[in-house]
Amino acid sequence: MKNLLEVSEVSKNFGDFKALNKVSITVPKGSIFGLLGPNGAGKTTLIRVINQITMPDYGKVHLDGELLNPVHIKDIGYLPEERGLYKSMKVGEQALYLAQLKGLSKAEAKARLKYWFDRLEIGDWWNKKIQELSKGMAQKIQFVVTVLHQPKLLIFDEPFSGFDPINANLIKDEILRLREEGATVIFSTHRMESVEELCDDIALIHKSNKILDGKLIDIKRDYKINTYEVGIRINNKEGLEQELANKFDISEANFKTLEDELKLNIKLSQTDTPNDLLSYLTSKGEISHFVELIPSVNDIFIQTVQNN
Amino acid sequence: MTILSPIIMIALVAVVAYLSQLNNDKVRTISVLDESGLVQDIFKNSEKTTYHILENISLEDAKNISEETASYGLLHVGKLDSVESASMHIKFYSEETPSLTLISSLESKLEKTFTNIKLQQQGIDVDLINASKIKIDIAQESFEGEKTSKLDSFARLGFGIAAGYLLFMFIIIYGNMIMRSVIEEKTSRIIEIIISSVKPVQLMLGKIIGTSLAGITQFVIWMIFGGLLMTVVSLVIGINLFDSAGPQQELIQLASEGSGFNFYFESFKTALQNLPLMNLIIAFILFFIGGYLLYSSLYAAIGAAVDNETDTQQFLLPIMMPLILAVYIGIFTVIEDPHGTVSTVFSFIPLTSPVVMLMRIPFGVPLWQQLVSLLLLVGTFMFTVWFAAKIYRVGILMYGKKPSYKELIKWIKY
Repeated sequence: MKNLLEVSEVSKNFGDFKALNKVSITVPKGSIFGLLGPNGAGKTTLIRVINQITMPDYGKVHLDGELLNPVHIKDIGYLPEERGLYKSMKVGEQALYLAQLKGLSKAEAKARLKYWFDRLEIGDWWNKKIQELSKGMAQKIQFVVTVLHQPKLLIFDEPFSGFDPINANLIKDEILRLREEGATVIFSTHRMESVEELCDDIALIHKSNKILDGKLIDIKRDYKINTYEVGIRINNKEGLEQELANKFDISEANFKTLEDELKLNIKLSQTDTPNDLLSYLTSKGEISHFVELIPSVNDIFIQTVQNN
Repeated sequence: MTILSPIIMIALVAVVAYLSQLNNDKVRTISVLDESGLVQDIFKNSEKTTYHILENISLEDAKNISEETASYGLLHVGKLDSVESASMHIKFYSEETPSLTLISSLESKLEKTFTNIKLQQQGIDVDLINASKIKIDIAQESFEGEKTSKLDSFARLGFGIAAGYLLFMFIIIYGNMIMRSVIEEKTSRIIEIIISSVKPVQLMLGKIIGTSLAGITQFVIWMIFGGLLMTVVSLVIGINLFDSAGPQQELIQLASEGSGFNFYFESFKTALQNLPLMNLIIAFILFFIGGYLLYSSLYAAIGAAVDNETDTQQFLLPIMMPLILAVYIGIFTVIEDPHGTVSTVFSFIPLTSPVVMLMRIPFGVPLWQQLVSLLLLVGTFMFTVWFAAKIYRVGILMYGKKPSYKELIKWIKY
């Protein structure tokens, strides 16, 4: 079984409002899957369907080849975007309770909690109440509770919100380590640079419909525009710009350089190769900058959403 | 803290009892100026009252004397032409408004004396009258041969009202507790973490059952603890907390002069024995559970529908109304006639039946009525649990705007 999670044609209506319209996604085993979309697109509803919090009106969800059923609760760890803990309950008691809800025995839960609390250096919080902790500290405990029962599938909704850069990095490393250990991760966020950094696959949901999905690298290839960012040191800038304009599709580029160079974005036609461009430019002057423009997830997100 | 509340309660009762005893312990001196010469012999000093008999002085002097000696008051019986008009010549002077019990005890003493005098004047032998008094206590028996008495009715009423009221209090206290805990889970946003592990219905039922078990435990602890404490405090301090109603005691004694305490105790015992105890206990458990589940599921639904406690008022009203109605219907119509139309009808309507039926049962309700009422109750609570679960499932994940009733109905279809 290559895919851990297969969501096929899931629809969900709330009254007259269509929250999901025949959305299908497949999450390969061992991948980090980015679930993207503007606010109110239906991401949270989809995540709740996977968690069996919301029942879909139509469509099916398979986890590890089996139709989703209550047994799978222990196979999923979910960190919701809107999250909290009992404010006046002690950290340790609360973590034990939540771990036992996921089917761990008390002794097992205690042992694993000790491991995680030591690992994240929060051991001395055990007897504190949540209301004594800062938001970031509480988030750490929620993270521990989410991963404690070693689920096959981890779902993180905005996992880094509320963390300072150091702790965000710590959590990121933990997520990557969990993936190394065999977990599959669904990752929903608005922070595109984390998607860029972490995700292997993505799906983009907009207005209740899935409008894009696949391997991130394939998507980037599809969105490639065959454009190169170029900087050349030359005396006669206007002359060269005119010359290039006749040969290629050019536009103004904006990047930092050390000297006053000619800066351009040059789009190649299907027949030209970057080598052709490079050898042509070498004959004109000294090249200081030559980079292929790869569309960022941010660009892809904005472009795709605006086109739909 | 919760465990300690009976101590606080007992302490409060003890303080009240002590204070009222203190209030009552003061020995009152009452000056009596009897110009008629008819009544001075009837005032005998008692534990709480000393009578100071004044003779051969004017009313003005008597007033001054009683003021100087700080008497509680002055009873003045003027010269009488005839005993019929006695009432017009008797006055009580005092610094403050005298206590009601004191005045009524004086009145009854004087009434008795003047009545006897009048009887004697008409040539009637008072001793003969007293000797000829016959006390009647109508024995009551149902057609089935069950013996009852007036006291029986009181015992029944007491049991019924206690049972109904207990349920009422339990629903309000623990229903609110459930509602608050649902709101807490919503506002602390832990709810989504929890319902990714358990089904909302399970969470709701677990909450209802858990809270009620905690409530029952609390009640039992309070009762045992409270009972023990009462006994200990009574023994140590020597104040009888069980009849802390000091001043009222006098009135009761006045009213029931003649019938001894033992007589009461005996008939109270038979009254208890006449209660349909087995039926009462079983019905209490069943109606208690049914009524509690019915209302607490509604409380849970309200908690899920709103974000904070201030928004609950609008939704609480419609469920408080039948509950309060039930208690009043129970108290007023059941006293009047436990098997009358109103009390019978309300003991079938599921929202009021637990309370009203519990109040009626001590008076003997046919089994079929109890069963029908119970079936209706069970059917309704299954419906409300289902309904509440629907609201709950949707409501716990809804934040922001307070929903209208129309929206709540829509949620059922989600």
